[in-house]
Amino acid sequence: MRRLRALIVKEFIQMRRDPLTLAMLMLIPIVQLILFGFAINTDVKHLPTVVFDQSMGQESREFIQSLSATQYFDIRGYAASYDAIRRAIERGDGVVGIVFGPDFARRLARRDGAAIQVIVDASDPMSASSAIAAAEMIGLRKSAAVVAEATGTGMSPVYDVRLRPWYNRDFRTPYYMVPGILGVILTMTMMMITSMAIVRERERGTLEQLLVTPMRPWELMVGKIAPYLGVGYAQLTIGLLVGRAVFRIPMRGSLALLYLLTLLFIFSTLMWGILISTVSKTQMQAMILSIFGFLPSILLSGFMFPRMGMPTVFRYLSMALPLTWFQIITRGILLKGVGLESLALPVIALCVLIAVFLGVSLFKFHRTLD
Amino acid sequence: MKDAEAAVSTVGLTRDFGSFRAVDGVNLDIPRGAIFGFLGPNGSGKTTTIRMLCGLLRPSSGSGRVVGCDIAREGEAIRRRIGYMSQKFSLYDDLTVAENLTFYAGMYGLANAKRRERVDAMIALADLRGRERTLTGALAGGVRQRLALACAIVHEPEMIFLDEPTSGVDPAARRRFWETIADLADGGATIMASTHFMDEAEHCTSLGLMYAGKMLISGSPDALKRELTVAAGKIWQARVPDSIGFLDRIRAFVSGGILDAYIFGASVRVLACGARLPADVAGAAAWEEREPTLEDVFVHHVRSSAGMEGQRCDA
Repeated sequence: MRRLRALIVKEFIQMRRDPLTLAMLMLIPIVQLILFGFAINTDVKHLPTVVFDQSMGQESREFIQSLSATQYFDIRGYAASYDAIRRAIERGDGVVGIVFGPDFARRLARRDGAAIQVIVDASDPMSASSAIAAAEMIGLRKSAAVVAEATGTGMSPVYDVRLRPWYNRDFRTPYYMVPGILGVILTMTMMMITSMAIVRERERGTLEQLLVTPMRPWELMVGKIAPYLGVGYAQLTIGLLVGRAVFRIPMRGSLALLYLLTLLFIFSTLMWGILISTVSKTQMQAMILSIFGFLPSILLSGFMFPRMGMPTVFRYLSMALPLTWFQIITRGILLKGVGLESLALPVIALCVLIAVFLGVSLFKFHRTLD
Repeated sequence: MKDAEAAVSTVGLTRDFGSFRAVDGVNLDIPRGAIFGFLGPNGSGKTTTIRMLCGLLRPSSGSGRVVGCDIAREGEAIRRRIGYMSQKFSLYDDLTVAENLTFYAGMYGLANAKRRERVDAMIALADLRGRERTLTGALAGGVRQRLALACAIVHEPEMIFLDEPTSGVDPAARRRFWETIADLADGGATIMASTHFMDEAEHCTSLGLMYAGKMLISGSPDALKRELTVAAGKIWQARVPDSIGFLDRIRAFVSGGILDAYIFGASVRVLACGARLPADVAGAAAWEEREPTLEDVFVHHVRSSAGMEGQRCDA
């Protein structure tokens, strides 16, 4: 215990001697959360739209008004030809083009499939799918209204689909983005810090001196991790405060449970860094290895893209990322308000990851210099 | 009785790095309380040998015992009882003098009262009183060296390994350093120090000369010098105007009664077979007989091992 205490005290002193790094670690959650919390919105509105109206009637104008009333379309101008639409999309002046045929009004009057062409710039699928969904909805709604008027049955549809978006009724992006970014920040900072930890001692020659003491490898690893558990919790707290104050994210479940389970997440991420540090020969190698682990964490953890959409192989791969499980825990506790009973799988998974990272690190750590 | 055993003993200690044999069948026998000077040019295998004895490298073959414990199987017990100072003076630059000492005292598991007492004693030993709160990174080379030694012996080890402890340190600091080493040996510790300074070798009670991974000779400084005159011959020295040109002429006699000839300051030195110089050489300058220095011993053995000069007096 004396050795472990000496190691932890030493790490704390070294951390204190580098106040700039410490300050940055505390500032990162604030800045990144505000930046990404405001910037990222997956519900894309106000798409610049160009209209080519060959019918030039009241019917087409009315349809255009309905479209812009949804706020998804901003009518930026009228084109005189297909070519003009193409040029507008190529220049980036519009991402949506709407074309009414010359016989639009006549076919509408005959109820004979009055065609409205919606051209979308699908090189950006996220904005394209917003436009498609909004246009389809307007089309269906207006058709239903016409049919209802004609048959005199009123407005109630035959199939009455009623949507109930639980946990995030208004699809507010920050609700899931803020806890997600928090996990990403923790992954990045925790992994990078500990990935440097042992390899830095190796490069400076102090590891050689430590190896001639009776120190045990696990003591070195725990000594490196312990101070940064504190840093991780400070980041979490700052992140939650910013999320609450700036983005009004809900906190429906038990905060105590969140703090408890975050321990597993931070510990596993720190251990991952230690593993990187153990197998790296230089700090440069450690840095590159941690980026190698960090990118999949962002892309595969479900933070940006739903894991359900991934091929099976990648879904299994994502299970090896601590961030995957932290996403489930934060969304579960903050948004859904669930308790421990619903989070058994993430808890077990994180424990397994910790055991694996620790086991491989100890196996890979050599008591000798060869 | 374990404590009656030698401080260090090895049999055929060997270490390969790939196809390169860094240490080749080294036999060591260092009695307790000795100051063993480990001599040899750079790359001769001194550091590798010391690292094997400290448990930092595994021997490829051969065996060794340090403070009575087997280096292959009892690393843990050895680590508690030895101190090691690497040539890099591995200290934490972002810790203060006192923090470095306290840290290493903690790593050896010293209890609070004992720890304070030892840290205090080490600050005195390193002559760093009043600079306890100075950051180690701000210390000069000689001071860092004293602190590195203090950190290595804060737990009162019975065996101390020093790997080129005086490299990059000025002569005054070196002299002080060796005084400290003598004190530690008086206190009962055994010391093994590698160096390539011949004057430092004179401080040692016994010496080992390593070359190309092999231990060429070992013994006390006096015995080694005596052995040179018995096995080879006498040392003659002469002051001549054109020493380089003179050396070229003298070298013609190598393996004709002369074993070795080399520049020594402004003079030329010759290691001759038997009691007299060959007549042609004797007439060439005003020769005076000299006591061999350790450098004579060192240079002679390294050269004859490398096969550079005539090795023996067959005549």
